Amino acid sequence: MVRTYALLIWTWTRSAAAYPASFALAAVFTTVTAAVDLGVILVVFANTTALAGFSRDEVLFLYGAASLAFCVTDLLIGNIDRVSGHIRAGTLDVVLIRPAAAWVQLAADRFVPARIGRVLQAAAVLGHSVAVIGPDWRRAWMIPVMLATGIVIFAALWTLAGALQFLLTDAPEVVNSFTYGGQQLTQYPLSVYGRDLVRGVTYVLPLAFVNWQPGLYVLGRPDPCGTPEFTRFLGPAAALLLSLLAALAWRQGIRHYRSTGSQG
Amino acid sequence: MIELDRAGRSFKVRRTVVHAVRDLSFTVGRGEFVGCLGPNGAGKSTTIKMLCGILTPTSGSVRVAGLDPSRRRTALARRIGVVFGQRTTLWWDLPLADSFQLVRHLYKVDRRTFAERLDELCETLDLGTFLRTPVRQLSLGQRMRGDLAAALLHAPEVLVLDEPTIGLDVVSKAGIRDFLLRLNAERGTTVLLTTHDLGDVERLCRRVVLIDHGRLAFDGTLAGLMATVPGRTTIEDVVTHLYTAGRRAAASPAEEPARALRRARDQ
Repeated sequence: MVRTYALLIWTWTRSAAAYPASFALAAVFTTVTAAVDLGVILVVFANTTALAGFSRDEVLFLYGAASLAFCVTDLLIGNIDRVSGHIRAGTLDVVLIRPAAAWVQLAADRFVPARIGRVLQAAAVLGHSVAVIGPDWRRAWMIPVMLATGIVIFAALWTLAGALQFLLTDAPEVVNSFTYGGQQLTQYPLSVYGRDLVRGVTYVLPLAFVNWQPGLYVLGRPDPCGTPEFTRFLGPAAALLLSLLAALAWRQGIRHYRSTGSQG
Repeated sequence: MIELDRAGRSFKVRRTVVHAVRDLSFTVGRGEFVGCLGPNGAGKSTTIKMLCGILTPTSGSVRVAGLDPSRRRTALARRIGVVFGQRTTLWWDLPLADSFQLVRHLYKVDRRTFAERLDELCETLDLGTFLRTPVRQLSLGQRMRGDLAAALLHAPEVLVLDEPTIGLDVVSKAGIRDFLLRLNAERGTTVLLTTHDLGDVERLCRRVVLIDHGRLAFDGTLAGLMATVPGRTTIEDVVTHLYTAGRRAAASPAEEPARALRRARDQ
């Protein structure tokens, strides 16, 4: 599976290289949009010293962690949510006649190497904030666990988004609100949002486990929303549960695929 | 090699159920060359897609090479070759040869066997001159030959073709037909094709399966099909007669199309 994936992303990279100008533009655009997100946080802190009780570097830490997990997922499997496009164009038929899992083929579909730029940017923000905050090293082991959990959660959300498109061919925008919306949400400390929203992203869509809950542990802070201490460690379990759900939904999606008529 | 037993596939379209295929049963033995005919929307492509594991049947059962296609899709993919005349499996922006390399990896064909097969296919399909050309620059005839080669590099036992000669000129068509005949005769590859080109059927198919309104309307030899409508001498005439009879029958809801077709034929 990993071999097939590597082979496919290499093939798509060479395909992308057939259009060098578009390749370069994509690289510039992704870097600029990521820089704008970061810029907004810095502008906010030019006007205040704390956001919901968190200092600038703490917010950057939460932002960097969520962003890194998101960008890695986006780089690796970001096009899994193009299912509806493939369904409408009829190209999913072609995917399904190849002897490889549809998920792997679609995850690698139109792999955009330019997205590496954003991964590096997010990694730099996280690295910088960790260096400035200097968290207790007995708690820092949570950082890699947090990143892995975040990647799995985003990947599972994307897969769910893709699976939903087998049912809602016309509505990729609905599912975008969960994937891209999820990333936007996790950029700030969750306590700046209303309590009900925080509950929702903790217990329904487990976005809180991408950076918030484990991040609180690393920073050694109690949750302003009052969740108990043990929830800091529930991330991997939540990620596993969501992955199982996503895998089931994906299988169902493929089984309910309806294909399209002939074009001629 | 191919078995359909009362296979059916229905779709829900705005709360009404549309039966694209229903109660379809036929078998294709090893080494057969079968043509699947039927008017547009008869259920030919739906049938093909159930055979490849793309669509899951909603009733009945389908088996290809002893496997249930929708449950063992990837295992089956290694044993069958599929060509959709209207969709390419090749990588649009890469040279043809690169697509073949990818096929080699995906189907796990070892390097030596691959080289031998590619040489052979290059010769029989005359691919040599455009092997290094990006697929987007190929003519339709060249691309179709490329698609055929890609579907055969893993030496499948069954080849399924959905309108393989659509849009091709007479010379390209003849080339593809000759190639398919040789493949069937020399390799013993089982071939099932759908087409609207009756020349394909006359030249290639010893056996014809006619699908109309999702049901089996005829299964037998080409001569047998001709004999169903006495007084008509060309295959065009016969098929036109059968298709119109089927359509008329479908318009009167009291009668099942397949039965009406049989009746029309007996008159």
